[in-house]
Amino acid sequence: MSTVTTASAGYVRAPGVLHTILLAGSVSLFLGALLSDYTYYNTYQIQWSNFASWLNAGALLFAGLALVFALVNLLRARPMAGRPLNYFVLLLLTFVIGLVNAFQHAKDAWALMPTGLLLSAIVFILICITAVVGLNPRSGGLK
Amino acid sequence: MNRSSALALFSMTLLASACSNEANTNLASGPDPKLPAPERGLFPSMKIAEPTAWGDQKPTVPEGYSISAIATDLKIPRQMLVLPNGDILVAEGRGGSAAKLKPKDVIAGYIKAQGNTKVKGGNRLTLLRDADGDGQYELKTVFAENLNAPYGLAFANNKLYVANQDAVVTFDYQPGQTKAAAAPVTLTQLPAEINHHWTKAMTISPDGRYVYVGIGSNSNITERGMEAEVDRAMVWQIDVTTGAHKPYATGLRNPTALAMNPETGQLWSVVNERDELGPDLVPDYLTSVKEGGFYGWPYSYWGQNVDPRVMPPNPKKVAAAIKPDYGLGSHVAALGLHFSLPTMGAKFANGAFVGEHGSWNRDNPVGYKVIFVPFANGRPAGAAIDFATGFRDANGKTRGRPVGVTVDPRGALIIADDLANTVWRVVPNR
Repeated sequence: MSTVTTASAGYVRAPGVLHTILLAGSVSLFLGALLSDYTYYNTYQIQWSNFASWLNAGALLFAGLALVFALVNLLRARPMAGRPLNYFVLLLLTFVIGLVNAFQHAKDAWALMPTGLLLSAIVFILICITAVVGLNPRSGGLK
Repeated sequence: MNRSSALALFSMTLLASACSNEANTNLASGPDPKLPAPERGLFPSMKIAEPTAWGDQKPTVPEGYSISAIATDLKIPRQMLVLPNGDILVAEGRGGSAAKLKPKDVIAGYIKAQGNTKVKGGNRLTLLRDADGDGQYELKTVFAENLNAPYGLAFANNKLYVANQDAVVTFDYQPGQTKAAAAPVTLTQLPAEINHHWTKAMTISPDGRYVYVGIGSNSNITERGMEAEVDRAMVWQIDVTTGAHKPYATGLRNPTALAMNPETGQLWSVVNERDELGPDLVPDYLTSVKEGGFYGWPYSYWGQNVDPRVMPPNPKKVAAAIKPDYGLGSHVAALGLHFSLPTMGAKFANGAFVGEHGSWNRDNPVGYKVIFVPFANGRPAGAAIDFATGFRDANGKTRGRPVGVTVDPRGALIIADDLANTVWRVVPNR
């Protein structure tokens, strides 16, 4: 893979290894939260709700760190527009809704339902779109 | 969303200064409390006590009464017992081993710990003696140690009953004794798994045949699962000769103090109700405890008000729920109950003293005082009167937090303060 850093118009780096792990990892963590919420919704077994809370917290940790990479990526982009901007905004939106969902999951027992399940579904869809935008080498920037 | 509460979650410094609106109304008191609709923003409203020392200050008591500290430097005093010779036993300790199941438990546990003492619980009984009757308790000695978070205390027929967080144990006691002669004997094991609410309140029947033990729920509102609530949120009746137990009354979320009304022989309890339904829900209460009665938890509160956080619902249990007798106000955290005697003075001769540890789930703190609920004919009659106040100072810092209250038959109210690790004594001036 080329590591040339010549600053030409529209040039941005493809995500590095760590950035990729963080972003792709948060996809599966958010999916785990969604599936756990879905199971709690169907069984009333509280342990699934505990799983969902921790999976969402882990996803936020990964997505939050990826957000730092995305911001650096954006600041280096010339112009600061297009895919790098879309990626950053999408990831930020995912993170913020995920954070709201974390507080929703701090409610006791059934108080988190059905909003928690709905938020988990929205966040999962968002992180999938975000990852496609962020990880696609053509959209990520290598031209 | 409540902004001051949002900050509170992340900053202890802001916690103390945020929410300075002092409109200190708490409508949910009396026999027929006003119950607003449940509310819960993204964050629960919170304000944690910021501890400060009493210094030269003391709690404020009614005119004609005086208060003094009779013991300091205790190790988390909770409940007390006045023995026939006037000696006072103080149960000291802190229990509970509830695992942190959610990220929320980690954060909330840290925040709530800021409002409590940093002292390690004593797991012991301390004996206080005023041999010459001058109101100074010159002897302070350890009566028994290596107990497991002792809380409820009772005495009858030369036997001392101690409710540890996991068992009722007994000591033989002879008048004048200052130290237990032998290790305690276990009467009955108590439900102790998780022990989210660990305090085991206790009182004894007038004939000394049964002890009654309060066992709190294992969660706020079933968030540890229904399986964790087996044998929880109830009062047990235990036969003191055999140790056999049966549930005496159920659906009492956290019965933190039990007492017999001396006039009627009826069992009463103060009960701490559920959190996170808003600042004015749900009222903690004082109630007579009827044999076989179900008081609502977890399915409903204050009679038939359904709690939607409990799934699956149980309409039959909701229909059966008894409405408590007297609301004390939401989140006041009543932890002490003892009935008065005529030796306390005419105004406070008939009624119940209630120690209120104070709120966390409320922007405007409530509780942090000892109140008196007047009784007539064995029932609450009239509005509660403040008996000991000043546990929070003018700057909103907390000097002390009342727990157990015990009437000394000679004419004194003993108050345990588990933040200042002090025992206070209030007497009518003579």
